[in-house]
Parts: sequence; C-alpha cells; structure tokens
Amino acid sequence: MEELLLARWQFAITTVYHFLFVPLTLGLSVLVAVMETMYVRTGNETYKTMTKFWGKLFLVNFIMGVVTGIVQEFHFGMNWAEYSRFMGDIFGAPLALEALSAFFLESTFLGLWIFGWDRLSKKLHVTCMWLVAFGSNLSAFWILVANSFMQSPVGYALRNGRAEMTDFIQVITNPYVWGQFPHTVLGGLVTAGVFVTAISAYYLLEKRHLPVFKPSIKIGLACMLVSTLLVMGTGHLQAQFLATKQPMKMAAMEALWESADPAPFAIAVVVDEKNKKNSFEIGIPGALSFLAYDKFSGEIKGINELQAAAEKKYGPGNYTPNIAQSFWTFRIMVLSGLWMMLVAALGAFFFYKKRLEENPFILKLLLWSLPFPYIANSTGWILTEGGRQPWIVVGLQKVSEGVSTNVTSTEIWISMIGFTVLYGALAAAAVYLVRKFIIIGPLDEKPVLSVLTKTKEATLWN
Amino acid sequence: MELNVLWFILVGVLFTGFFFLEGFDYGVGMLLPFIGKNDVERRIVINTIGPFWDGNEVWMITAGGALFAAFPHVYATMFSGFYMALFLMLVALILRGVAIEFRSKDESSEWRSTWDWMIFIGSTLPALLWGVAVTNLIQGIPINGKMQYAGTFFDLLSPYTLVGGIAFLLVFLFHGALFLTLRVEGELIERSRKAAVKIGLLAALVFLGLVGLTYTNTDLFKSGLASSALWGAVVVFVAGYVLLWLKRFGWAFAMSGLAIAFTTIAFFSGLFPRIMVSSLNPTWSLTIYNAASSAYTLKIMSFAALALVPIVLAYQGWTYWVFRKRVTAKELEY
Repeated sequence: MEELLLARWQFAITTVYHFLFVPLTLGLSVLVAVMETMYVRTGNETYKTMTKFWGKLFLVNFIMGVVTGIVQEFHFGMNWAEYSRFMGDIFGAPLALEALSAFFLESTFLGLWIFGWDRLSKKLHVTCMWLVAFGSNLSAFWILVANSFMQSPVGYALRNGRAEMTDFIQVITNPYVWGQFPHTVLGGLVTAGVFVTAISAYYLLEKRHLPVFKPSIKIGLACMLVSTLLVMGTGHLQAQFLATKQPMKMAAMEALWESADPAPFAIAVVVDEKNKKNSFEIGIPGALSFLAYDKFSGEIKGINELQAAAEKKYGPGNYTPNIAQSFWTFRIMVLSGLWMMLVAALGAFFFYKKRLEENPFILKLLLWSLPFPYIANSTGWILTEGGRQPWIVVGLQKVSEGVSTNVTSTEIWISMIGFTVLYGALAAAAVYLVRKFIIIGPLDEKPVLSVLTKTKEATLWN
Repeated sequence: MELNVLWFILVGVLFTGFFFLEGFDYGVGMLLPFIGKNDVERRIVINTIGPFWDGNEVWMITAGGALFAAFPHVYATMFSGFYMALFLMLVALILRGVAIEFRSKDESSEWRSTWDWMIFIGSTLPALLWGVAVTNLIQGIPINGKMQYAGTFFDLLSPYTLVGGIAFLLVFLFHGALFLTLRVEGELIERSRKAAVKIGLLAALVFLGLVGLTYTNTDLFKSGLASSALWGAVVVFVAGYVLLWLKRFGWAFAMSGLAIAFTTIAFFSGLFPRIMVSSLNPTWSLTIYNAASSAYTLKIMSFAALALVPIVLAYQGWTYWVFRKRVTAKELEY
C-alpha cells in the first residue's frame, strides 16, 4: 500500500508542477504571435521590442514545460504500469498523436523562431510563432482526449482483460473533452492575460518603458477580460455536464450528502466525513439546481445515495472522493476566477477612460493578481483528478489496480525526492531569470550575446 | 503487411532517427567543455545544435508514444522495469534542456559554467544509458510469466551491457565531433577534427568489442539481416574514419550516421519478432504479438502515422536547410 500512496504523491507533485508552466505556454504563445503580427502589419519597431521581451519570458517558461512534460510521458509506464497495460490500447494513441502532430510542430518551429530572426522573411517568421501556438494548443487537445476517457469512457469494449478502442471518432468527440478542452485553452489565455497585465502594470507603476508597456497592458487586459468571461462560461457548461455524467464528483464538490430537489448551493461547510454529514453549512436554497439545470428545481443526487448505488454496482468499497478537498478546491478556483474577472473589468474601465496610468491602486491590484491564475489552474486540476477517486478510469479501473506492482517504495522515494529537489532548484533559477529580465526591461537595440571576457573563470577545464 | 510488423518497423525507424539526430546532439553536448575554450566558443558550439535539439528530442518522445500506443505491454514492462535507469535519464534530460536555454541568460561566470556542466552531464548520461538499454533488450532481462521485470537496477549492468553503453557513448561522441566540423569555423574545425580522430579510433575498438560480445552473449547473429547490418555498421564506421583522415567531413559524417542507423537496424532485426527478451524463459519474451494493441488501434495509428510522418520529415528537413550556414561568432544572437 505504501507504494500506491507514494506513486500517487509523485504523480500529484510532478503533474501540478508541470501544469504551472503549461497554461502560460498555451496562452502566451498566442499573445506573442499577436504582438509579432502587429509588428509585421505596421512595421512599428516598438512591437518588435515587445515581441522580443515577452518572447524571452515565454522561452524560459516554455522550456520548463517541455522538460517536465517528458517526465509525465514516462510516468505512466514507470509508476502506473498496470494502468498502461489496461489502457494502452486507448491511451497510447492520443499520446502518440500528440507527439507526432503537436510536439514536433512546436519544437521545430520554435527553434526556427528563436534563431530565424535574420534568416526568415518577417511573414515566415511570424508564421513560425503561430505554428508554435497552434502546436501547443493542439497538444493540449490530445492529452485532454486521453484524460477525458479516464473521466468518462466512450468508444471502447472490455476485451482480453483490458479496455480496447472500438471507435476512435467517439474517443475524440467525447462530450467531456469538448467541455474540458475550451476550458483549459481559455485558462491558458487567462494566465497569459494576467501575466502580461501584471508585469506591464509593474512598469506603468515604475513609469519605465511606457511605449512598450502601454500597448502591452492593452493586449493583456483585453485578453484577460474576454477569456475570464469565457472561462467562466465553459466552466459552467462543464459543471452542468458533471451533474448528469459524473454525479459523484458534482456531489463531492458541493458536499451534498443527501439527494435534494431543489438542491441548495453551499457557500461554506464543515465536512464531517466520519458521520457522513456536514456539521455546519450555509447555502443558498435552490441555487445548485439552478446552476445545474437552469431552473430552480431538479434533483441533485447526494453522496450517500451515490455511494450505495456504486456499492451495488461494483461491490463493497469506498467510492467517495475526498469531500472537503473537492468542495474547497472548487470554491477557490471559482473565487480566483471571479477576482480576475473583476480586476480585469476595473483595469479595462480605467484604461478606456485613459486614467489607468495615474491610478497606482488599480495598477497594484493588477500586479498582485499574478498568483490567481496559478491558483485557479492548480485547484481546477486537483478538483478534476481528485474528484475521480477512487477510480483511475471511472467505472473501469481503480487507482489501486493501476499502480506498478514491481516498483519498490525505495525506488519511488529516491525518484520523488530527486525530482522534488531538482524541481525546486529549477523553479528558483527560472524565477531568478524572469525577475532579472523584468528588472532590466526590454532592450531597444538588438540583443547580442553578452560575452564574458574573463574566460579563465568561464571555463571548467582550462 | 501485417500491422504488428509495420509498427515494429515504425518504432525501429523512430529509434533510428532518434539515435541519428540526438546522437550528434549528445556528442556536441559532451564535447562542449573541450571544444569550446572560452565563452564565445561555448556559445558557438551550443548554437550548432541550437535550432535542432528540441525537435530531435521529440523523436524519442514519439518513439515512447508509439511504443505505448502499439505495444502497451512493452511500454509498461520496460518503463517500470528500467525504473531507476529512466529516473537518471529524466534528470539528465531535464538538466540538459534547461541548461541549453538558461546558460547564456546571465552574465555570471559561475552561472554559465554550472549550466555548461549540466549540458555535459545531461548529454553523457543518456548516451550511456541508451546503449545499456538496447543491449539489455537483446541480451535478455529477467521477465517473468506475468510480463513483469523481476530484477533490480544492478541486474541491468553486466559487462556486455556496459560495453554497449560505452560503445554508444563513443559513437555518439564521434558523430557529434564530425557534426561540429561541418557547423563551426576556423580554429574550431581543426579542434573538432582532432577530437574526432582520437575518439574515432577508440570508438572503433570498443564497437568491435561490442560486436564480439554480441556474438557470444546474444542470438543476434542468427538473423541474416541483423548480422549483415551489424557488419555493415563496422564497415561504414571504418569508411567514415578513413574519410575523416582525408578531411572529407561531410562524407565522414554521413558514414557515422549510417553506422548508427545500421547498428539500430541490426539490434531491431535481431530482436524481431521479440521486443524484450526474457532471460528466464524464451516463451515469456514480449513479442510484437503478445504485447500489441488491438488490430483496430494499430489500424487507426497506421493511418495517422502515414499521414503525419512525411509532413514532419519535410519541415524538419527544411529547418536544416534554413540553418545550413556555419555558426560564426559574428551572429551569436541569443
């Protein structure tokens, strides 16, 4: 059992860490492409400076996403070998397609973009960035196809002791993925919007490099405003989908123990998991039914009823995810989203009134909103994956059945500590660089390599 | 053709492409501290692979994905069985990738030399480990009747597999040094050439040792294709070395690449139709039949691969065309 717990912790650590970088890659690739398009269209050198500045931050973030992503691909086989045997027929295909159609595209064209400023025509160069953006977001699609199957299996048959694909089209048109994919892509745009806005706000506060950061904050705010609205919308649709397709996750995130019609929306609860009830709760009557069905009636199934139904169907066992975790991660995600929407609206209003620059309060508000997309992204995934417990593939395989049987706890300890230490050090290095780039600010002249003249010190072998 | 066979070939092609391309990336990374004597030269050496290395690494990621999709049992058995080796490989690859990106982004000499070290380690370790892995596959590892690896990390290290690891490392070094002769200018060409001359001789000797041990430790030579490919690798490697003496660097590089390709083909055709050989019982080996996905998945994946692979090859090839000029100190923008 120890191996199972360790394997779960390791996956949680490496996935959450990986996903600190992915959303910014998804969104910022698009924004950098937009900035460069503005440069190509207008020929205005300020936009080129802008593209290069944000591009530099993008690259630091991108490489962190890439290297931590390799760990993800290997992990399925390393720690979850039995899952890979059971699911390989279905899960392997989107993964291979992701590599073939997306990873090649983004890595190759990013190489062209970094080194191609003087070798490609302007139009070709900006096309490279658009292809990077397309590739990144396409890779999100494929991995979410794989994840969506685990949440809501479709297009398969149980044969030869495993899940086998019977209909590829059903797997990629899984309704679950069409809720999750837009929500994730928009989450990426929210992250990029907040990132660009917050850092631009810093320069506006400092009154430095205004020609670069006034247009930057405009792009950032526009992206933030539109994408927070849309991310809320898609999140709402996804929740409605959960109400019918993953009722246990819905009940868990609402800490709803007993089925109710109409069901209230809980604002705060104290969960008493042992006695299967909430020892304290306040809520809005009927609101949950309204959110789920767009009307103030309609039954939402409770945890106790769903647990009993699951035991009847799958045999004795615990089929309830961690309630407090589901409840609070959901609320933290939503509140972070609402906060960003509010701040974006405020920022956009003052920008529109041309009073943003002289309003340090709003600028500080924008700057200090930087952590919120990260909080929302992480809690969102903890809710999604935690709410699926105890299943690794809902209804087909439990997490405990998917873990590698021949990997020892010592091996997992070593790798877990190794990755955690390494990740910590790399995060420190990345933050150091980003901070440094921000303090230096964008360079108007061509950024040539700064060469160290004290070569003695720079070498190891001489 | 049977799809199981097609996918075995495709996985083989992906590994061939991966070893050919990442072979010189690893080689360049290992040579970095020796060829680049100062900061500018270091950056030149890195920039020779700068636009390519990430795309090249995707060959490995795709090979892994293809194994997962086409032969899930192989993916599961190999990745859980080679656990510690893969952990080391991941650490190395993480360090290498981040180091290439980060090293020039700060002006402190400690910063740069630290990351240069990381590039060196991050290139050496995978080169070594891949050789160990490939030779283990064909020599056989303790796989039990439940398709589970029943050994430890240290069971993967035997004289044969260590020679395999060192042989891969040296061949990649040679390949990388030849790549550098084509990509740098002036004094650096001469330095790379000298490195290639030294390494090539050692690599040829160890590689011959690998061929000999393969003869005694595995059944590779039972396959006509495998044995001719392996001897072919020896021949083209020697040809490459001779061409290096004649300073025909382009041809020499082509030959070292061909040697890598022939070696990969030799090991894959020696394995066929097995993918992982069980040392406990031959019937417990993982083959392209007992480890494969369903016929339906293989069919879908075949269509996808046939549609996408040519496109990938086209734009990756184009990248090499765009950056065909030698890297000079004058345009070190990064």
